[in-house]
Amino acid sequence: MICKNLFIGIAISNKLYIFFFSLLLPSRRVERAMDTLIAQLQRRFCDFTISLYHQGFLDDQFTELKKLQDECSPDFVAEVVTLFFEDCEKLISNMARALDQTGNVDFKLVGSSVHQLKGSSSSVGAKRVKGLCVTLKECCDSQNYEGCVRCLQQVDIEYKTLKAKLQDLFNLEQQIVQAGGRIPQVDI
Amino acid sequence: MTRDQVAEELPNLAESKLTALVVDDSFVNQTIHQKLLNRLGIKNDVVTNGKEAVDVYCSGGNYDLILMDMDMPIMNGIQATKRLREMGIESKIAGVTTRANEGEKKEFMEAGLNDFQEKPLTISKLLSILHKLNFYVQT
Repeated sequence: MICKNLFIGIAISNKLYIFFFSLLLPSRRVERAMDTLIAQLQRRFCDFTISLYHQGFLDDQFTELKKLQDECSPDFVAEVVTLFFEDCEKLISNMARALDQTGNVDFKLVGSSVHQLKGSSSSVGAKRVKGLCVTLKECCDSQNYEGCVRCLQQVDIEYKTLKAKLQDLFNLEQQIVQAGGRIPQVDI
Repeated sequence: MTRDQVAEELPNLAESKLTALVVDDSFVNQTIHQKLLNRLGIKNDVVTNGKEAVDVYCSGGNYDLILMDMDMPIMNGIQATKRLREMGIESKIAGVTTRANEGEKKEFMEAGLNDFQEKPLTISKLLSILHKLNFYVQT
């Protein structure tokens, strides 16, 4: 900025002045364009975040996780949800394997796995996944085989849907930061 | 809660040099509980089941506070709490679990807990544990 002002100061003719002014104008336009882009990205981020809560994908516990994210751990939320999705994959696979043993299903194993998944989904604020885990646990406790199979399929779909949505959310965050903006606080 | 707000709530916490042990088999919960403790300036370690917690103490380890999960493989939270109390361990033990059933909570408390909080743990719940266990020193 100081250099640009110096250029204007040095300009001694109209032609030179116009030349330097035209050097300035595009960069101001670029700045305005970037500000508009940042604002648009921030608006999209806010709207998308709110929709995740309103549609029941996330609950207050996700907000609690965001509060723990700081300069020392700027990727804290992403790290925790990554661990959660790894849990989902492992535990759903365990349960599917147990349910595959038709006629000899270990409902205790299924129950223990779904209890773990309920715990971790609760800890990250994955509201829909947690709700389905509650239903699956009930099917398991009553040894309702068809109910367990159906519910497990829904859990699988639901966690993958949440995974895709959170990836979109994190991508938006990245785009905002790369454009030079700040991630807005969203009041739910 | 920001660091400044935490410092207002517990002004002597940073100077108290509290230590804590997280006992939980879930990597998700381990990560969250450690972060909560770090946010409050409490130095902490983590183990993945009750037996490892007992082993830590048998090896001479000691902590002001233990955050004990209930359901864990090898040795669960109830068994580990009983064992630690039998060993004469006086560390404050706070049970943290998703199980809210009164009977299960009673069994866990009777094993020797000083406090109990339902998961998921948050800053407010952790502060509540610290207040209840008198880790907050009035200035």
